[in-house]
Amino acid sequence: MTAKKTGRVWKFGDNIDTDVLAPGLYMKSPLSELARHCLEAVEPRFAAEVRPGDIVVGGRNFGMGSSREQAVMALRELGVGAVVAPSFAGIFYRNALNLGLLALVCPEAGQIRADAVLAVDAAAAELRDLETGKVYACEALPAHLLQMIADGGLLPHLEKKLNVQQSKEAQA
Amino acid sequence: MAQPVAMTLAEKLVAHAAGRASLRPGEVVTAKVDLAMMHDSGGPRRVAPMLERLQAKLWDPDRVVVISDHYVPAVDAESAGILDLTRKWVKAAGVTKFHDMQGICHVVLPERGHLRPGLFVVGGDSHSPTGGAFGAYMFGVGATEMCGVLVTGEIWLRVPETILLHWTGKLTPGVAAKDMILAMCARLGMDGGRYQAIQYAGTTIAGLSMQERMTLSNMAAELGAQTGLIAPDTVTRDYLLAAGVAADQIDIAGWQGDADAAVAERHEFDAAALSPMVAAPHSPANSAAVTEHRNVGIDQAYIGACTGAKINDLRMAASVLKGRKVASGTRLLIAPASVRTTAEAAADGTLATLTEAGAILLSSGCGACAGYGAGVLAENETCIASTARNFKGRMGAGSSRVYLGSPYTVAASAIAGRIADPREFLA
Repeated sequence: MTAKKTGRVWKFGDNIDTDVLAPGLYMKSPLSELARHCLEAVEPRFAAEVRPGDIVVGGRNFGMGSSREQAVMALRELGVGAVVAPSFAGIFYRNALNLGLLALVCPEAGQIRADAVLAVDAAAAELRDLETGKVYACEALPAHLLQMIADGGLLPHLEKKLNVQQSKEAQA
Repeated sequence: MAQPVAMTLAEKLVAHAAGRASLRPGEVVTAKVDLAMMHDSGGPRRVAPMLERLQAKLWDPDRVVVISDHYVPAVDAESAGILDLTRKWVKAAGVTKFHDMQGICHVVLPERGHLRPGLFVVGGDSHSPTGGAFGAYMFGVGATEMCGVLVTGEIWLRVPETILLHWTGKLTPGVAAKDMILAMCARLGMDGGRYQAIQYAGTTIAGLSMQERMTLSNMAAELGAQTGLIAPDTVTRDYLLAAGVAADQIDIAGWQGDADAAVAERHEFDAAALSPMVAAPHSPANSAAVTEHRNVGIDQAYIGACTGAKINDLRMAASVLKGRKVASGTRLLIAPASVRTTAEAAADGTLATLTEAGAILLSSGCGACAGYGAGVLAENETCIASTARNFKGRMGAGSSRVYLGSPYTVAASAIAGRIADPREFLA
């Protein structure tokens, strides 16, 4: 199951789009290069200063726009631990879970302090501001999706399942 | 005997694909996919390594369509490599429905007769709702989801609610479907579709050509909907027959929503009262009447993309540009949506009108719309485009500004060198 994590908050507004997350100009470049331009149009410091485990807190309709999975992959490449928003664009949300990036729907995300450090408890579906102690409730994800995220996404999850099946068959 | 449950078109399409007699919005179902469409950017280059990792094959190569449109034509080693990989993969995987550099996937797919009412289709691109204009349930997915579809032929979805966008009245000269969808974006916002199914209906919609309907369905993506449906009628049938679909494959009567089916929301719009609309940077929802943006100087006018470069879009532009010239200091770039569109425009004289006015003709592909191809913007430049999205930095440099308008409005602005009302040129 997804372990509890803590991370610094990077706060963004409503309608953060996939072109800002994964700019078209760099879409044919290797992921490491594309990731260096992630969110630069709205926060030029982000890619250079984000640290593994940091938490991206967005506004409404986070990830709107393209179906490109690189929007998720760029965040993952930079080590982002979770994305939190009051609502997500449909395709981005499915992509995030499929690629093992924890995406939490948090109705009160707008109240999270821009300089907060949050503890993320995916299983309990809550965030805690380490300084103020305030707890933010998120919509719970079913256990099988949490497991898929913990495995690193749909593909490694399937691979694991297939391997388990094969080893069971081999033992039989 | 139980009464049959009244269902919307979206519910009927999903029920059919899920093998169910009836279902309710909110239920999660697994649907069988009739057709999977992907392009060179999110397609083979992304799914091939996943399929290899799973040691899996395509569930049915005949139900897969691949269309190279993003990195066309190749301009460097990377784009050439992506196109080459796509060609080789298609051959090895046994996919015969492959359209290489023939135009943009959402326009090529119906043009080559792959769509018809009743189909359940996934596309590896966010503008896949375009297929909804034909009464098919079509929506966009990412590459990992696509891999799942390619292996199993199935996908899960939540049965959508239906949001009815109802239009009455007749559009006035110089006003087009693009203005309608920008007005809907302004009223509903970029998440007004809530990832549910939008259905466009009413006498205005019934009077639109197939290409104009496609513009509405295409930008259901900008409303945040999963798909954007239009119930099929004789306009749909005529288009499909011309595209080579067999008459017995086109079921119109079977793919209508029930009159008494419940919809989650209904919004009314008056076409007669609509004026040309322009979306200011950086959101299609940031739309207002063109008169609000008059005198914004432009460096570039761009007619392109799956949204705004179909044959009727080029004809709209030509009707404004006929006998006129693009303003000095402004450039007008035109990238027809498909190779067939270019041929049609050449045959009926549209192309000559455009080039005589000073338009620069580009190849058919996604191009500058998404910052992939020729025509991207420099720092601080301003562009007006017939495309779907004007997100920050999408068409090039981060400080560039993109306004959206109909092909009429883009053409009028190219002549004026500033954002202009096309009605002044259509007298």
